Amino acid sequence: MNSIDTSFRKNKKIVSIYVTAGFPNLEDTADILASLEENGADMIEIGLPFSDPLADGPTIQESSTQALKNGMTTEILFEQLQGIRKKVSIPLILMGYFNPMLQFGVEEFCAKCKEVGIDGLIIPDLPLREYQHHYESIFKANDLYMIFLVTPQTSEARIREMDQASNGFLYVVSSASTTGKTGSFSEDQTTYLQRVADLKLRNPLMVGFGIHDAETFRKATQHTQGAIIGSAFIKHLKNHGAQGIPSFMKHLRS
Amino acid sequence: MQYHVDEHGYYGEFGGAFIPEMLYPNVAQLQKVYKSILQQPEFQKEFKQLLADYVGRPTPLYYANRLSEKYNTRIYLKREDLCHTGAHKVNNTIGQILLAKHLGKKRIIAETGAGQHGVATATVCALMGIACVVYMGAVDIERQAPNVARMKMLGATVIPATCGSKTLKDATNEAIRDWINHPEDTHYIIGSVVGPHPYPDLVARLQSVISEEIKKQLTDKEGRDYPDYVIACVGGGSNAAGAYYHYLDRPEVGIIAVEAAGKGIHSGESAATSALGTPGIIHGSKTLLMQTRDGQITEPYSISAGLDYPGVGPMHAHLYSSGRGEFISITDADAMEAGRDLSRLEGIIPAIETSHALAVFKQRPFKKEEVVVVNLSGRGDKDLNTYIEYFNL
Repeated sequence: MNSIDTSFRKNKKIVSIYVTAGFPNLEDTADILASLEENGADMIEIGLPFSDPLADGPTIQESSTQALKNGMTTEILFEQLQGIRKKVSIPLILMGYFNPMLQFGVEEFCAKCKEVGIDGLIIPDLPLREYQHHYESIFKANDLYMIFLVTPQTSEARIREMDQASNGFLYVVSSASTTGKTGSFSEDQTTYLQRVADLKLRNPLMVGFGIHDAETFRKATQHTQGAIIGSAFIKHLKNHGAQGIPSFMKHLRS
Repeated sequence: MQYHVDEHGYYGEFGGAFIPEMLYPNVAQLQKVYKSILQQPEFQKEFKQLLADYVGRPTPLYYANRLSEKYNTRIYLKREDLCHTGAHKVNNTIGQILLAKHLGKKRIIAETGAGQHGVATATVCALMGIACVVYMGAVDIERQAPNVARMKMLGATVIPATCGSKTLKDATNEAIRDWINHPEDTHYIIGSVVGPHPYPDLVARLQSVISEEIKKQLTDKEGRDYPDYVIACVGGGSNAAGAYYHYLDRPEVGIIAVEAAGKGIHSGESAATSALGTPGIIHGSKTLLMQTRDGQITEPYSISAGLDYPGVGPMHAHLYSSGRGEFISITDADAMEAGRDLSRLEGIIPAIETSHALAVFKQRPFKKEEVVVVNLSGRGDKDLNTYIEYFNL
């Protein structure tokens, strides 16, 4: 069984933390993952840095630019993740844009993911149709879960289609925006999350984009199984480094 | 071999729509309706009327006597430089602003590199009374102050792209992000035959008026509706797509695409995408692009701000890989020389982008009786500073 499925059996709201690989320093990745698990993260999204991350706001883009400056590459990330399963047992999801994977070779990329112990992939710019026509069999052959995103603009029919194609969970984007929006959750957002929850989909729901503190986490997970925190964590990491992880996680659960 | 887009938005192996889900509703809507809107008689009537009365079409097809004599062939110049705003870009923005009105959109966004597409977009937004936001790389804002002023004069808001390399590709990223944040009321007017399907085909269709006119004009002048060659410069490739469009399936017409070699293809400062690029994904389209082995998109260089895009439209990637198009790259130095040549032989100062296309005659002979059409995509006013510095005028 994929460990993503196992984690949803815990009777609690799942905290997933996004971290850009190679940020703030090239060699930080493995230590940050270990520290996140120690401090209560239930799941981690490892961001493969890309020069042109379209769906991301300035915080994550800047962290990607920094990681690339630090020398991060797909190859180096896989080297850093060798043996990670001895230190970290929570589900690890790789989030990245499609072009670097295409250049690495999709089959080789998926094989490497399996080898180091990645459980699933989030590829925001790989659309459903392309995935199903060209890549689904490769992902499945390597026991990798593919997680699709839905947004407030996604029709019910398409949400159901994405739910069928996704494994592990469905990534529910909280509002029409790029990542890193601050401010509290609106009434509309809560209604939208409830609407998706009421569809009784086959996958658990994880909410992302705009979750930045205990308050937004609580609201985001009112009708869903968990939430993903990205930009807020990257900001904290930038200001406080890896030693700031315990306080960040503590505030989130407060 | 098919050179036009197929039903899934591909040109051979290139094209498609590699977009985040946030853009899906807008892009899917465009995919669904763009052809039928473009074919509506009312749309066509308004589009043609504006092209005639506002843009000044048809643009002349001018037989360049002295240039022809110099290169011992028959050269015609398609004078897109005489369009309102000074380049072919406005053909596309007129069409897309009408499309945006049909879709009920209240706000327009655009990206711009040198500022030509930004000016053409700001112009049509002023014409239609629609709010306009143009994203431009912070570096380009510094380099292209007059075009920034023109956009502001026309009432547009110019927002600097301060991430990444702060040039055209980052401006495009910012425009796409804006669209993600404003999915309901906003239409994104892309300036070239790039981006997710249907944009490459949409923009090519709107620019196809160029080859439609060439056909008529050549019939009058040469007694046949086609030349032996069509030459155009290619950054993203919109003027080229328009000039080739009605000749793509005519094997008797040679298609020549001219890219910017910058300081030389192997100098590390170049924008010759067909020579240096490999297949990958940029701005939602699978195409040839300049990138590192790790798949990070690199920053191209050309003396011409309109040619330094790290990708190329998927139609052109397919013309290259299928062998239908002949791709030639021209250095800064050869382009500048060709620009001065045209100025002195024909009294026309071309945009530096266009100068690249004109430099082909020095590199490649044509037969005396062959008819060669060069798409003169833009005028050189915007490049005067570069010409002044380069030639110490």
